[in-house]
Amino acid sequence: MKYQYFPGCSLKGTGRAYEESFLAVFKALGVEISELEDWNCCGATAYMSVDETKSYALAGRNLAIAERAAEDVIAPCSACYLVLNKTMQGLKDHPELKRKVTSALKAGELDYKGTAKVRHPLDVLVNDVGLEEIKKRVKNPLTGLKLAPYYGCQVVRPFATFDDQHNPVTMDKLIATAGAECVTWPLKTRCCGGSLTGTVPEAGLRLAYIILKEAKKRGAQAIVTPCPLCQFNLDGYQDQIARKYERIDMPVLYFTQVIGLAMGLSAKELGIKRGIISAEAALAGR
Amino acid sequence: MPLEQKIKYENDCDKEFAKWVSSQTGGENLRHCIQCGVCSATCPLSLYMDYTPRRLINLAREGFKKEVLSSFTIWLCASCYACRVECPKEIQVTDIMYLLKRKAIEEGVFPRRFPIPVLAREFSRMIFMFGRVNETLLVTDLFLRTNWFKFLSMTGLGLNLIRTGRLSVLPDSIKRRGELRKVLEAIESDEKKEAAK
Repeated sequence: MKYQYFPGCSLKGTGRAYEESFLAVFKALGVEISELEDWNCCGATAYMSVDETKSYALAGRNLAIAERAAEDVIAPCSACYLVLNKTMQGLKDHPELKRKVTSALKAGELDYKGTAKVRHPLDVLVNDVGLEEIKKRVKNPLTGLKLAPYYGCQVVRPFATFDDQHNPVTMDKLIATAGAECVTWPLKTRCCGGSLTGTVPEAGLRLAYIILKEAKKRGAQAIVTPCPLCQFNLDGYQDQIARKYERIDMPVLYFTQVIGLAMGLSAKELGIKRGIISAEAALAGR
Repeated sequence: MPLEQKIKYENDCDKEFAKWVSSQTGGENLRHCIQCGVCSATCPLSLYMDYTPRRLINLAREGFKKEVLSSFTIWLCASCYACRVECPKEIQVTDIMYLLKRKAIEEGVFPRRFPIPVLAREFSRMIFMFGRVNETLLVTDLFLRTNWFKFLSMTGLGLNLIRTGRLSVLPDSIKRRGELRKVLEAIESDEKKEAAK
């Protein structure tokens, strides 16, 4: 199995534990990963507010480069995953927009055909690698650990086809495969606050607090997420949330870290220590 | 207390703006909205909005340009797409928020000192320069431009990021910056040509 990998800016920055654990897990599963050559920022949510055509072209450059190889592209960041898929869909549905974008890409000697396939690691793990295969490699089942699966918004809405938009379950299945227990809760896809935690904290922090509070109430020892911005908001702002509301002390892990731990990979190569709220007590206490 | 007109008459609105909204990508089926309010109910931020998403959609399609473009609503939308997924008429609410944000920036009518338009602008400038975004530099830049006092309250988070090795101080860059610039500049000259028509 071979894939191209689109890291995006977060996985090279504040979300580097996601990159570390994603690469370690896929390597241990025998999946070959090669980073997309000279990728650029996907544009996230901010660029769409400035210029529509440019934001499609920005994602279009990445897709044009990806098309040069036959392999599917894995985009672990929810925003990158959404933007790349949105661009493919948008250019398919709007011929005039496609004409503008492809002609601009030609100015940079890039050829966009729309043949790339952008996938999420959750999709690849469950549907290509398979839960059976992962289960075979679980050496250290996380028995007794209670985890809250938190998908965030953009991974399943509105373009993903691999999971249910109202009640996604792929990560639940992976958590169960890792031997841990899944907390049942209704906030799986509720917004974490996105970039509002930084720009309008009075609104953003409240959204993050709601997620943390509910996970704690349901007995979760940690939250598990597939999104670098969710991880950052829920993990990084707990001090500010404590000052405004109450202290929660909830570690926030990436799903790739959870699978990695169950597969017996070391905490170091999975970047467990990069959590601002330490997960050590939760992982040791189970 | 000054008297304020609470109910809008038809001639208070801008029909051209209404037409423009429906002609944009994402706005095509705006007329199909049945004003059921599912978007407002599902929106996690509607409690902070001056107009809930349902009201904003109605104001936009009737042409209440000033109210819509100067609203907080469009800047509070965090693009979580909950409304779009729940809408029984498949209105692309999130994309309508985006096109209104773009118009508000273009016309310079967004609420002053509101940091999101500044963030969006700095974000695109950083991409033009490097092709990638360094989150640390972006956030620092944003706070220094909008509210340097608030920046001080972020030092705790900054120290935590340094401690966990998650803070990068150098901008990351793509190799072929010229290639990306050519693409973006081609769009700019295309847009200028269209505007001149």
